[in-house]
Amino acid sequence: MADLTKLTPGQRTLLQGNEAIARGALEAGISLAAAYPGNPSSEILESLADSAAAAGIYVEWSANEKVALEAAAGASFAGLRAMASMKQNGVNVCQDFICNLTISGTKGGIVLVTADDPGSISSTNEQDARFIAKLAELPLLEPSTPAECLAMMRFAFELSEQIGNLVVLRSISRLSHTRAGVTPGALPASRPQPYWDPKVAWHTLPTVLRHKAMLAKLAKAGEIMSAAGFNAYSGPERPELLVIASASSALYADEARDRLGVAERVGLLKLGCTWPLDEALLLRHLAATEQILFAEEVDPFIEDNVKALYAQHAPELGVKRFFGAATGHTPPVGEMSPDVLAEALGKILGREPATVDAAYLERVAQRVAALVPPREFGFCPGCPHRASFWSMKQVLAADGRDGLVSGDIGCYSLAMLPTGFQRANAVHCMGSGPGVAGGLGQLRSQGFDQPVITTVGDSTFFHAALPAIINARWNQSDFVLVVLDNSATAMTGFQPHPGTGQTATGRPGSQLDPQTVLTALGVPCSVVDPYDLEATQQALYDAVQAGGGVRALILRRVCALVQNKRGGHPYTVSVDPDKCRGENCGCHRFCSRVFRCPGLAFDEAAGKATIDPVVCVGCGVCTQICPAGAIQAEPRKEAAA
Amino acid sequence: MKALKQEPLDLIVTGVGGQGNVLASQVLGRALLAAGYQVTVGETYGLSQRGGPVMSMVRVTKEKVMGPTIPAHSAAALVSLEPLEALRVLGTYGHPGVVVLTNDRPLLPLNVIAGTDRYPDLAELKQALSENCAKLYWLPATETALNLGNPILANVIMLGALAAAGLLPIGAAEIEAALGAIFPESKMGVNRRALAKGAELAAAA
Repeated sequence: MADLTKLTPGQRTLLQGNEAIARGALEAGISLAAAYPGNPSSEILESLADSAAAAGIYVEWSANEKVALEAAAGASFAGLRAMASMKQNGVNVCQDFICNLTISGTKGGIVLVTADDPGSISSTNEQDARFIAKLAELPLLEPSTPAECLAMMRFAFELSEQIGNLVVLRSISRLSHTRAGVTPGALPASRPQPYWDPKVAWHTLPTVLRHKAMLAKLAKAGEIMSAAGFNAYSGPERPELLVIASASSALYADEARDRLGVAERVGLLKLGCTWPLDEALLLRHLAATEQILFAEEVDPFIEDNVKALYAQHAPELGVKRFFGAATGHTPPVGEMSPDVLAEALGKILGREPATVDAAYLERVAQRVAALVPPREFGFCPGCPHRASFWSMKQVLAADGRDGLVSGDIGCYSLAMLPTGFQRANAVHCMGSGPGVAGGLGQLRSQGFDQPVITTVGDSTFFHAALPAIINARWNQSDFVLVVLDNSATAMTGFQPHPGTGQTATGRPGSQLDPQTVLTALGVPCSVVDPYDLEATQQALYDAVQAGGGVRALILRRVCALVQNKRGGHPYTVSVDPDKCRGENCGCHRFCSRVFRCPGLAFDEAAGKATIDPVVCVGCGVCTQICPAGAIQAEPRKEAAA
Repeated sequence: MKALKQEPLDLIVTGVGGQGNVLASQVLGRALLAAGYQVTVGETYGLSQRGGPVMSMVRVTKEKVMGPTIPAHSAAALVSLEPLEALRVLGTYGHPGVVVLTNDRPLLPLNVIAGTDRYPDLAELKQALSENCAKLYWLPATETALNLGNPILANVIMLGALAAAGLLPIGAAEIEAALGAIFPESKMGVNRRALAKGAELAAAA
């Protein structure tokens, strides 16, 4: 990321959606930004962190999303503009606070940015976080382009201050990770001095009265939003079909209309303000057409709310036909695309989208089916998680009681795949690994004797695992907690966290050691290097056999990608072809088939294992798994200490 | 601003996580924007740093703002940093008129390393590509990059080849300027050599 204060106002520049959100916040004059990393949202706070010194603002990676939003609310109560950004899952983490903050109200402009992930490109779910706006009765903005990200962020802070409540801006992966031309505006010359008059209190009592006031704020927000120019119509006065769309789907609908050549028949109502709905605008457009198609991601949020509005006004509007998720014209899951909308428009209007020569399509499809294997996700070459899960697999196999691993969120979620030897038996949300293990570990009295291991990463440990660990310690649950400490929030791009001691802006923070925390909680704890397979397996086996309450093992080794940047790994690895047993090893190519590091390859012609020098980083772990001792590691000449 | 051969001019840059695909598409986007075009660069990366496929879509117009996703079977050009990924993407976005530029160096999927799947024979892969596009540039980009000192330069070599293939409304000079806005001058020497090598490879293809 880069310092966004360096952009020249008025000069169009290529910005990512997330960068445009950050620049919009800077132009709106924020004083504080906080977030927990998670794709596709991470670059928002990264950009703000890189701009913090020049802008003179406070920016932090928080321990979790709830803390981030609470920090932003603190600044708002002190009269400053502030924001919290997160991926869709983070909205769940803050939900309790959101549903109370909306009743207490806010002072300085405060915006929650959620970057949702339709299609689950980098997530464990594809939940539609827009529902938080309806649940907590908050204004909701949905930009379509990076330029609109910037404009809507500026507007969102104004709106928040005018109504005295939180505003939600919802991005999606395809917008957060899209780059397009954006023309920045001016940065503020000054920001207010923070002050909280102690005679003022922010709370929810009396709740029902404040709830009523909150609804009045929402109504006022609706009036302000309808005049903001983010809802726009294009098309004929009385369209045969009206498409109501938001975000990227509005651009896809426009393109689909052009491609089908039906621009004179189809109207497009692009909504940038999707809660509360601009009822007058919608009623006007509903009256001008007989057929309506909805285009949005992922859930039928606009679709259901417009239908509810229609039901209220059906007597004067007459009969309409609605198309969308409910009728199967748009998919109820996954991403939207220009093709999906071209097909839906074609089906409704009786037009076939132009296609490529059928013989070509058949030929190329046949070639792809015959020649292109899938590309399986895997841990990076040298990843300490591969070594850690290898040891868990060995230890649980040796134990022989059908042991289980309760997984958690991070790179190590991939342990559910062959790269982690399918040694994650459950993966759900941040912190759920030790929570689920805690329940399993209480089933001894019910006759459950399978050993239980749970894995949490170092960042996850601080984010949401601690309450589950405290609960397990308190109630004496029986499981082994493995902290996969790679000193990084690696999955999301190496952001610092409490265990690294660094902060978002590079200012040194206090480093918290999971070992110290666990020891203070009374959880017995040892630290082992996962690259040392023998020591790891011995320690893990002992922990599994020990029984009793929760006991911990910290497998500590820095992320392989971080090590690559710190001068690389220590070895040059090679295979001695005379020693390699090839096809006959371990019931057929043990290292490449079972251990599955991408740095290994199998030379079909020679019938021997080999190392791909472009991919292998030189961690040397595979030398320990070769039954024939054929894999050798020589110290790399230029190796870092 | 030169006229576009088609509107929108839709380009795909694909490869495997870690090959510098996002950087390549970002450089293209910056160069085209600086030349006055509307550009939308849609990037797909999530788990992609963990060895999965990565794809960026670059959409160029004179005025109209496009969405971040190219419709199926309508890419004008496909640049791939890995040959298997070229055919995978051709299956969804190809048509008889598409121009394909691909690095010829395979990066084996884990499932191939493990022996559960086979990587196709390279000659067969090359033929499948050339039979289903208007022109195939099958280029030794990684080998050339290794000769320049770093395999990661394959992405810049491919950009040099794309500029030389005459599909863009801009040339190598504009791409070099966009690289210069990202890299310090100390790294520009090798990047300039990579661009020039890419152009040589394309001319020989």
